Amino acid sequence: MTTPLLTLTDRGLHCPDGDFTIDPWRKVDRAIITHGHGDHARNGMGHYWTAAPGVPILRKRLGQYSPVEGVPYGERRAFGPVTISFHPAGHILGSAQVRVQRGDEVWVVTGDFKREPDPTCAPFEPVLCDVLVTEATFAYPIYQWPHPDTVMEEIYAWWQRCAAEDRPAVLYTYALGKAQRILAGLNAFSREPVWLHGAIDGLTRLYRDAGVTMIPTVPVSEMPRSDRGAGRLILAPPSAAGSKWAKRFRGASTGFASGWMQVRGTRRRKGYDEGFVLSDHADWPGLLRTVEDSGAKRVLATHGHTDALLAHLQGLGIEAQALATPYGDTEDG
Amino acid sequence: MNAFAALLTALERARSTGRKLELLTAYFKGAPAGDAAWALHLLTGRRPQRIASGPELRRWLGEATGLSEAVLEATYAHVGDLAETLALVLPPPPADITAPETSLQALLEETLAPLRGAGAETRKRALLALWRAYPQAPRLWLNKLITGGLRVGVGEGLTLRALGQAFGLDPAVLQHRWMIPQPPSAAAFEALVNPDNATLHWAAPYPFCLAQPLRDGALPPHPSTAVLAEWKWDGVRCQLVRREGNTALWSRGRERLEDRFPELAAAAEGLPEGTVLDGELLAWAEDGPGPFVELSRRLQRKRVTAALQRAVPVRFMAYDLLELNGEDLRPQPLAQRRQCLEALLTPSPAPALTFSPRLDNTSWESLTALRADARSQAVEGLMLKHEGSAYESGRRHQSWWKWKLDPETVDAVLLYAQPGHGRRANLYTDFTFAVWDRGALVPLAKAYSGLDEATLERLDHWIRRNTKERFGPVRSVTPTLVFELAFDSAHAAPRRKAGMALRFPRIHRWREDLTIEDADELETLKARLLPHG
Repeated sequence: MTTPLLTLTDRGLHCPDGDFTIDPWRKVDRAIITHGHGDHARNGMGHYWTAAPGVPILRKRLGQYSPVEGVPYGERRAFGPVTISFHPAGHILGSAQVRVQRGDEVWVVTGDFKREPDPTCAPFEPVLCDVLVTEATFAYPIYQWPHPDTVMEEIYAWWQRCAAEDRPAVLYTYALGKAQRILAGLNAFSREPVWLHGAIDGLTRLYRDAGVTMIPTVPVSEMPRSDRGAGRLILAPPSAAGSKWAKRFRGASTGFASGWMQVRGTRRRKGYDEGFVLSDHADWPGLLRTVEDSGAKRVLATHGHTDALLAHLQGLGIEAQALATPYGDTEDG
Repeated sequence: MNAFAALLTALERARSTGRKLELLTAYFKGAPAGDAAWALHLLTGRRPQRIASGPELRRWLGEATGLSEAVLEATYAHVGDLAETLALVLPPPPADITAPETSLQALLEETLAPLRGAGAETRKRALLALWRAYPQAPRLWLNKLITGGLRVGVGEGLTLRALGQAFGLDPAVLQHRWMIPQPPSAAAFEALVNPDNATLHWAAPYPFCLAQPLRDGALPPHPSTAVLAEWKWDGVRCQLVRREGNTALWSRGRERLEDRFPELAAAAEGLPEGTVLDGELLAWAEDGPGPFVELSRRLQRKRVTAALQRAVPVRFMAYDLLELNGEDLRPQPLAQRRQCLEALLTPSPAPALTFSPRLDNTSWESLTALRADARSQAVEGLMLKHEGSAYESGRRHQSWWKWKLDPETVDAVLLYAQPGHGRRANLYTDFTFAVWDRGALVPLAKAYSGLDEATLERLDHWIRRNTKERFGPVRSVTPTLVFELAFDSAHAAPRRKAGMALRFPRIHRWREDLTIEDADELETLKARLLPHG
């Protein structure tokens, strides 16, 4: 009996034979990073490998001179007897699944992923494997995403409604990935600039540098103080809701773009005027399709909401278990 | 159905009362009378009988989607609302299909009503067809009609205000007409909102005048001697109507009760033609009020037996005289109405019909002392009414106050949690609490309200991480957390595990300073709260 290729330790998903850890949450020497969100890419590791398009994001998060090495999608790297490669996950710019191979045994760690089209990043690429370690953020059959184009239309229509009423439209959205996806989507509707909170502005510049086409944007800090944002669309991270920063936009209609907006209890409790169902995570059909595409005989699910998915996969005769990780603690989506 | 569904969706998203009023008014203006009648019926809290049980719906959903029971159970637990789970799990209808144009009335009367009591196969086929036809948003409300669980957070007062606005009716007139419940129909609706309709049913009671609670040691802004003080009796608020040789007894919930209380109907025969009394219906033991549970025994029986009448005597304790000899006395000052009332019921026409005595109002000190003694009188506290006050409808005036007893409290352990409804559908907000009984925790009370949103979120997080077992949407948690519950009174309840039950339990505070060993003992609670048992 050989050691398992990957095993969950108190630091992350560790590969004993290759001596590296995927998305570690405590200090390790060698870290393989699926993508740049805070619950997956943390400070203090000895060395980082990530998919090449994700390097600028990682450097922005971890510091300009942090030891980050980019690996092009599909290129193989050897770690002792173990070979790894990064494959597009379609979650955000530079996001990757990690394929881990030892002999003829293949594991794939999806990281966060989605199957819907997203003009800001490379589309998800199915990878065959024996064991699939999948995220399970929205792993209930109630989560079936509407087509993103429909959601973009809804966001634009809301912005125009607010403009007609001479009110600001403040859209709260995760600063990395979701915000840029919305900006790219809105490009089809308007050339009028969208205002950005500082936390979103910097990341949006990285996306522009990477060649992603988006609607014109201006940082809120560059707008005259007298302008109260009437008729404007303003993007801000959820942490800015109710802050001093947000007070400037008096009489604003507020919106929130997240997969969690699918459930009306959450929608009403969060207290935003509008909820847009837009997620960078896989929905239920997306998760099932990905398991099927992978051909995996064994599935390990992370991110906590795993009970329905495990029951369903077991019903299909697939060996399925939960892995307790701290991913998804920020409840972004 | 589509317009009504759109109204419900918009109401749920509306943030201000003004906006809700606007939406309701626009709906009533535009809806056909048959639809408006049903909408009014549903918006004021009456629910259609359910067509299918929860387990049936889950089974049919499983057949329609191919999802296993385990998956659907977990999903239901995540969403916390079956109607919403059904609406979201079923695939959306193809984009090019629009919802059927069926009216709300036709849907309820022609499609859904015949399904009640129909065979399982018939109901299943009909519901699957409905689910396929409607998009997700109306499907949710459709499911609420099917499960009988429709709740809309607008309330009767707001709905009637909107209706009055839509048809240019005086709110007082509308409220008065509204007191007679009618089965929903186009004709009844048109009569209700017709500005020229002057006829009123002989039995129509008046809209009730309600009191404001007195809080935080505040007193009414009057000298005590300008205030009529009475006990706040713990029964059912009623109006006794004597007109055209007939008697009607109405509860505040617009329910006719005279058949259940023939002794009151008989006593009312001694009243002059054209009399309306406002008062409290009470169970009456020997020389004082009996516990509320006794009265419940009478309320539950539509037809009363002589044995039950003897076992649970009742009394109508009149507070006020609203009509005498056919004259509406409501605009007159309370002092004057009260004088007429006392004259009318002295001597009382029957032991079951008396007026609520005045209490000594010489000073606020004497009233404070009386309130402190309220529990020993088996009443809920004091009622205070300004002597000059007219009998107004609703609670929006400032001349009547209820001065309730400080509540009893108990420290109890959180044992089970269940998601709430509506805004709280996927948040654990409905709790079962337990106390110690010979070393074991026994469930004592369920409580829903009393915690703020932030605390609920924190508690929800804790519950999800400390779940022991799941039973459908209910989770049992590791006994750890202690809460102080407030309640109005307790009574013996032999069928409950604890042998007692609390009235109006609510959460006072989260006792984070206590551990489960500090929670109360059932024995001491019983000794304190159930003097006879």
